[in-house]
Amino acid sequence: MAVQDNLAGPPRTAFYNDPVIRGILYQVLVGAAVVAFFTWIILNTAANLAAQNKSTGFDFLFQTSGFGISFSLIPFDRSSYYWEAFLVGLLNTLLVAAIGIVFASMLGFAIGVARLSSNWLIARFATVYIEIIRNVPLLLQLFFWYFAVLKAMPAVRESFELPLGIFVNQRGIVVPRPMPDAEITWVVVAAAVALVGAIALVRWATSIRARTGHYPQGVAIGSRIAGLVVTFVLGYLAFTLLGSVIPALGNVPYLPLLGGLGLAGLSLTAYGFYGRAFIGFAIAWAVVRFLLGGMFGSLPELLIVAISLALALVYGWTMLSVERRPTAGDNKFPLALPLLIIVAVPALVYWATDASLAFEIPLLERFNFRGGMQLVPEMVALVIGLTIYTAAFIAENVRSGIQAVSKGQTEAAASLGLREGDRLRLVVIPQAMRVIIPPLTSQYLNLTKNSSLGAAIGYPELVNVFMGTTLNQTGKAIEVIAITMAVYLTLSLSTSAFMNWYNARVALVER
Amino acid sequence: MSVSFVRREMIAPQPAPSNNTGPIAWARRSLFATPGDALLSVLAIILLIWAIPPIYNFVMPTFFGGHAVAPGGTVEDCRALGAGACWAYISARMSFFIYGFYPPAEYWRPNLVFLFGALLIAPLLIPRAPFKRINAILFFVAYPVVCFFLLNGGVFGMRAVPTEQWGGLLVTLVISMVGIICSIPLGILLALGRQSKLPIIKTLCVMFIELWRAVPLITVLFMASIMLPLFMPQGTSVDKLLRALVGVTLFSSAYLAEVVRGGLQALPRGQYEAASSLGLSYWKSMGLIILPQAIKHVIPGIVNSFIALFKDTSLVSIVGIFDLLNTVQAASSDIDWSSPTQAITGYLFAGIVFWIFCFAMSRYSIFMERRLDTGHKR
Repeated sequence: MAVQDNLAGPPRTAFYNDPVIRGILYQVLVGAAVVAFFTWIILNTAANLAAQNKSTGFDFLFQTSGFGISFSLIPFDRSSYYWEAFLVGLLNTLLVAAIGIVFASMLGFAIGVARLSSNWLIARFATVYIEIIRNVPLLLQLFFWYFAVLKAMPAVRESFELPLGIFVNQRGIVVPRPMPDAEITWVVVAAAVALVGAIALVRWATSIRARTGHYPQGVAIGSRIAGLVVTFVLGYLAFTLLGSVIPALGNVPYLPLLGGLGLAGLSLTAYGFYGRAFIGFAIAWAVVRFLLGGMFGSLPELLIVAISLALALVYGWTMLSVERRPTAGDNKFPLALPLLIIVAVPALVYWATDASLAFEIPLLERFNFRGGMQLVPEMVALVIGLTIYTAAFIAENVRSGIQAVSKGQTEAAASLGLREGDRLRLVVIPQAMRVIIPPLTSQYLNLTKNSSLGAAIGYPELVNVFMGTTLNQTGKAIEVIAITMAVYLTLSLSTSAFMNWYNARVALVER
Repeated sequence: MSVSFVRREMIAPQPAPSNNTGPIAWARRSLFATPGDALLSVLAIILLIWAIPPIYNFVMPTFFGGHAVAPGGTVEDCRALGAGACWAYISARMSFFIYGFYPPAEYWRPNLVFLFGALLIAPLLIPRAPFKRINAILFFVAYPVVCFFLLNGGVFGMRAVPTEQWGGLLVTLVISMVGIICSIPLGILLALGRQSKLPIIKTLCVMFIELWRAVPLITVLFMASIMLPLFMPQGTSVDKLLRALVGVTLFSSAYLAEVVRGGLQALPRGQYEAASSLGLSYWKSMGLIILPQAIKHVIPGIVNSFIALFKDTSLVSIVGIFDLLNTVQAASSDIDWSSPTQAITGYLFAGIVFWIFCFAMSRYSIFMERRLDTGHKR
């Protein structure tokens, strides 16, 4: 046929117009140009190094460094080797990145959800936060936290004293040092076992319910009992707090105990919601009073008590109207049971093994604090700056992830009869996570890369220790820069490998 | 069948129930819907009452009832107990923050650069303004050349001003402008190379992009300032600012390439096939069919990477270039103006300047996104 003749016959165009030949030609040209460029660079570098009498090679890593590092996780002093300095820098980078990622995730998720809140004020707060933080350079924010805030703190003698034995001064933050004894290991083990057990219990109970429509009998009864215990504890707490607000009540003997028992008993009757509203009221009163007292110290005591009482009454009243609505008691998720297991089991073991977790409270002596743990201001400023900056970006990812779940999904879940919490937990969040995780991972990577800005405020991380001090002392520019870049390259490539794996796992299976 | 009563006139529309309108209903709906909401709102209001007055007092000069020292005040006012921000210090050192060590007699040159920039960029950003093509050529090609000769001098009898004397906002704008102008073509080329079917070109582009995206800018700047002189033939000296410019451009072009690639991948295959079936060559099909659509898709992403670039220019202070942040940092140890609020006022000022630029860019990208939305989105 004519068409086939056409294909098989000699080409009608000149060979230099054939796309395949052109492609090969272009590639050869580009490849040759790149090779020539690199050869030129390497020859120049070799000539420059020879002119400066410099050698190349990685043997400098095994020479003694001769400098000290202000903050290090592993023992390091002047007689340590350069590779140890590299390790110190790497560990410091990873430490700050890990702490920053944890805090930035918490803050970012909270602000992302707040931005979508139906509460006008909270949504506005989140928007203002995001718009301010995202549009100011991170380095400026770090300078602000380090030079304008932490360095402007009072001298050691006039340290700010915060609750729980924490002190803030020019040299950073001093916190109590935990001093666990040997028995604490058992408490930690018990806590881990209790956590795993509680999760397993919840999964098992949920799977039974998915099959039969009811939680297993034992779990339902256990949940009731756990609910009683939790109500008692909360009631005890509420009456104790009331006693702290009203001194007259604080003097009544056994009041928290009796009050807690009374509220637990009340929760068995049909009027349990009064008890829950009361607990809410009491805790709100104490918390608001404490906050107001701390913020407006100049106002008279009575006024603060009165204002906080009014706020707490309003809160208790609103809570009452919500709690009064009937709930399907049988199908309520047995939250109290796993909570109790997670808290009570380690507490019992703590008591039974007679373990003790002492804290070494820092003590102010003539020139500095004795005891406690000293967090250097460079690290504190870096963690604060990275957390606040990255949280603004994470918040935007979270918001867009939640908004990416179409409204129909929420409505479908509602039409199935799921309650608000279940709608979020079972329908919206699993779908939102698919959208959130990839950009979230790259934000974590950004945070890790941005931790290199610690060099500007003197935190001894990888760039500071290695590209700064080590490079200046050894002059091995090419080797040092290559190693540093290789570290970040490894981190980045392994992160994107994880992301590809995750994307493949959660990708929608489409028709 | 007789109808006993048929209404003949419409009932006048009733106002909405009183508990559904007005500020009280709004507050109930959007502030106190649930107990949790109510508690959060109350806490937020308390926080505002607590935080706003001190911030207001710190920032606002006495004329507006605050405690800050207005421009023209003296250092003694700033040192007074309880004084707020020392705006007098900012206004006194303003020329340093804008021009750095540029000789004061030559301030007209940077001013001219700012003026030309504003005159060229305004019509470029307004969609209705005419002569876009000429305007773009003037801005992207002629303007940088004119700027270079104006700022650097040494021609037409203008005094030569070496780049070590450039500083402040001037350098911040120079770096970000050069970064933007150079990284656009480079980024587009890299994105096209990454999408290319030719394996060697594709591999080279992928390696280039992934390398720069994987490392922090600060290591790129270190590399540019330490290794670039080593790479050059012996005897050539590379200007310090130029080294930073090379680093920033390489870095931001890699990010821009990924943004443009997103746009290229978002286009349906049919567009590529249609372009080939018209017999267009590769460059014509890219320039006339693919890129105009692809770039339109990713304008918000491009502007976002410009915002990131603008913020990242502050990092050049680490390699010793006096950009805006570095001049502020250097001036904060100025003994003539030393006061308890000196450092914080400087950072506040720098923060406000950066914020204005970045916020304006982000609003502009939202505006363009709305304008270019042709309704094809799903």
